Amino acid sequence: MKKISVGASVACLVLAANVYAAEPKDGGAINVVVQPEPPSLMIGMYSNGTTQQVGGNIFEGLLRYDKELNPHPLLAKSWENSEDGKTWTFHLEKDVLWHDGKPFTSADVVFSVDKMLRKTNARLRTSLEFVESISAPDDYTVVFKLNKPFGPFIRLFEVGTMPMYPKHIYAGTDYKINPANQHPIGTGPFKFVEWKKGSYIHLTKNDHYHVSGLPHINDLYWHVIPDAASRAVAFETGKIDVLPGGSVENFDVPRLTELDNTCVTTDGWEFFSPHSLLWLNNRQGPMADKRFRQAVMYAMDREFAKNVLWNGFGKVANGPVGSKTKFYDKSLPNYEYDPAKAKKLLKEMGYDGTPVRLLPMPYGETWQRWAEVVKQNLEEVGIKTKMVSTDVAGWNQKVADWDYDISFTYLYQYGDPALGVSRNYISSNISKGSSWNNVEGYENAQVDKLFAEAAVAFPDSKRQELYSKVQRQLVEDVPVAWLMELEFPTIYNCKVQNLIDSGIGINDAFGTAWIKQ
Amino acid sequence: MNIIKTLSQNKVAMVGFFVLAIFCLIAAFGPLLYDGSPWKMVQRPFLPPFENSNYLLGTDTLGRDVLAGLIYGTRISLLVGLVSTLIALLIGIPLGAYAGYFGGWVDELLMRFTEIFQTVPSFALAIVIVAIFEPSVYSITSAIAIVSWPPVARLVRGEFMSLRSQEYVLAAKLNGQTHRNIIMREILPNSLSPIIVLASLMVATAILLESSLSFLGLGDPEIMSWGYMIGAAKTVVRQAWWLSFIPGLAIALTVLSLNLLGEGLNEALNPKMSGKREN
Repeated sequence: MKKISVGASVACLVLAANVYAAEPKDGGAINVVVQPEPPSLMIGMYSNGTTQQVGGNIFEGLLRYDKELNPHPLLAKSWENSEDGKTWTFHLEKDVLWHDGKPFTSADVVFSVDKMLRKTNARLRTSLEFVESISAPDDYTVVFKLNKPFGPFIRLFEVGTMPMYPKHIYAGTDYKINPANQHPIGTGPFKFVEWKKGSYIHLTKNDHYHVSGLPHINDLYWHVIPDAASRAVAFETGKIDVLPGGSVENFDVPRLTELDNTCVTTDGWEFFSPHSLLWLNNRQGPMADKRFRQAVMYAMDREFAKNVLWNGFGKVANGPVGSKTKFYDKSLPNYEYDPAKAKKLLKEMGYDGTPVRLLPMPYGETWQRWAEVVKQNLEEVGIKTKMVSTDVAGWNQKVADWDYDISFTYLYQYGDPALGVSRNYISSNISKGSSWNNVEGYENAQVDKLFAEAAVAFPDSKRQELYSKVQRQLVEDVPVAWLMELEFPTIYNCKVQNLIDSGIGINDAFGTAWIKQ
Repeated sequence: MNIIKTLSQNKVAMVGFFVLAIFCLIAAFGPLLYDGSPWKMVQRPFLPPFENSNYLLGTDTLGRDVLAGLIYGTRISLLVGLVSTLIALLIGIPLGAYAGYFGGWVDELLMRFTEIFQTVPSFALAIVIVAIFEPSVYSITSAIAIVSWPPVARLVRGEFMSLRSQEYVLAAKLNGQTHRNIIMREILPNSLSPIIVLASLMVATAILLESSLSFLGLGDPEIMSWGYMIGAAKTVVRQAWWLSFIPGLAIALTVLSLNLLGEGLNEALNPKMSGKREN
């Protein structure tokens, strides 16, 4: 099974390489699945995955990121950093128009970042604390002055993190209820046409797009199909051209990728690098003992989970930082599957058989099966495990109230440890009531200090040194049990060319995609 | 004695009885022969049936033994079916008896109360109850009992209403017997046969309900059941049909045999119908 799907993807890669030589053609429509239906298209205001997918083709950030997370010009054509790393100057593209015809200028940038996003995007707000001032010396120049040389600053300009909003529409209004939210106006390659709730979202080509020659396709339809099996059938019958990662059940992936004229890629998640892990509640029970947490790591057959549940896609995680995220240290020791070692550790600590509760993630079948595998793994080394069943709301509440022993989760890394990793381990981020912070309750002053220093160290070599240190410490302490770096395969009809073109994949894919006739 | 004789002459009912007896034996002794957990991953996933003699019915999506799952599932299905029916009888019989025996405002009150439960679709109500109390074998059994007692109350009430004006009841009343005695000693024994028939069918319905709940992911996550096996296999039905088919067959056989037995009991116990079958 695994062999075949890998073979198929290799075949597709070769195919893709061949057609790159061909000249892109204009015209045509692409039908994409959007699952689940987003609550809104206002990227930067709503952090739902599908809001990013659709909104990222309407709105734009100042920069784009390739699969190695290097920044590329988009709304900003060039930028420079001062010697001390504290002043960033961005030079904007001229002749950029909003979808309503008004020109895009530096005033929009200052408004979006300083006014609107500070209010609407909690994740960006934390990073903006390093920004002392944002100013616009002229219509096409923006200057960010930082109070410290904040290393990950250059990776904040992705469209989902820092989208540009039109000042002339939002200034002085209540951002959350502005009527334009229902009819978003951006600078992106596609304009919003219509959203039939429960049915589809229709976007059309922006004829005045600032990148000449783009986009190639005329229309983009995002279809809402609530049932996983129906989504697979819609793809088989040709009604749908693109299934974004995670929109069909994993068990269906091998079958779909073997269909004729079907391509599959795991590219386009590099920027997020979803890192799955088990939160171990460090405050209570056997989880308070480091040896127990290490035993959990040794007890799990993560290679099996990868091959059976994820069809071989992804990579077993050996630490807190994903291998595609900056400052990953590849010399870290790995916890191999070793039940004997796990049993030895449990015996050493004198584990008395206290049962632990296991909370699966209520995100569908794969996650449920995964919990069953982990439970079985833990029981085989003698850890009594009781599975708790729950729904999405119950899961959020239990985790936020710390009412769990072991819980599944996955977190985005956003390209830099300071943006997506440290939040899960620093003690200042322990706060009851949220399910997205340091809910395991791990406290280590050494780790706090290293993360704080590494975020503002300069230059990058210094950061690497500090992050290597902190990774080593965390791998030894096992505050959480790392599972896998997830890869969600995007499945698409091979007639769609140049689909995944950046580190955020589908989220800004369609500006450059085209259809082979 | 007569009843057993009539029943044993009914071939169809006997088939039902034997199939059920086999399932009961599996439930009682299967897990003893099959030590180890049905959740254990023993072989490669998606092993088809009859390919490996150690795992006769093949393995599921995670490489767990289907036969082991089936054996453990038998136990839970029968257990939930029997216990929930017992609870439903314990609720339904007293309510129906009081309503039918006393009549008047007692009847009025109890029947309105019963109707509250009858107007809500039973499966929907069961889902809500299980979802509120977190899925476990206790909440599932209780939920099934709660949605299945109203027909019992209705039936018992009807029986009591028709029997309470019988001469032997009037005689007992004149005799000065207490209401409790009359209900327990005079009327109830005479209305038992339709209750037994209904109960056998209720067990079948309860098994179906439990399977449906597990199928929807509302089963006890600690317990391997038939409904869970089908639910977990539904997404791979095109790659591995046997994973849904085998437990599906087990459910069908159990429910069918219970229905056949119930039908046979009905014929044997019903005075109007006994003697109809001469063979």
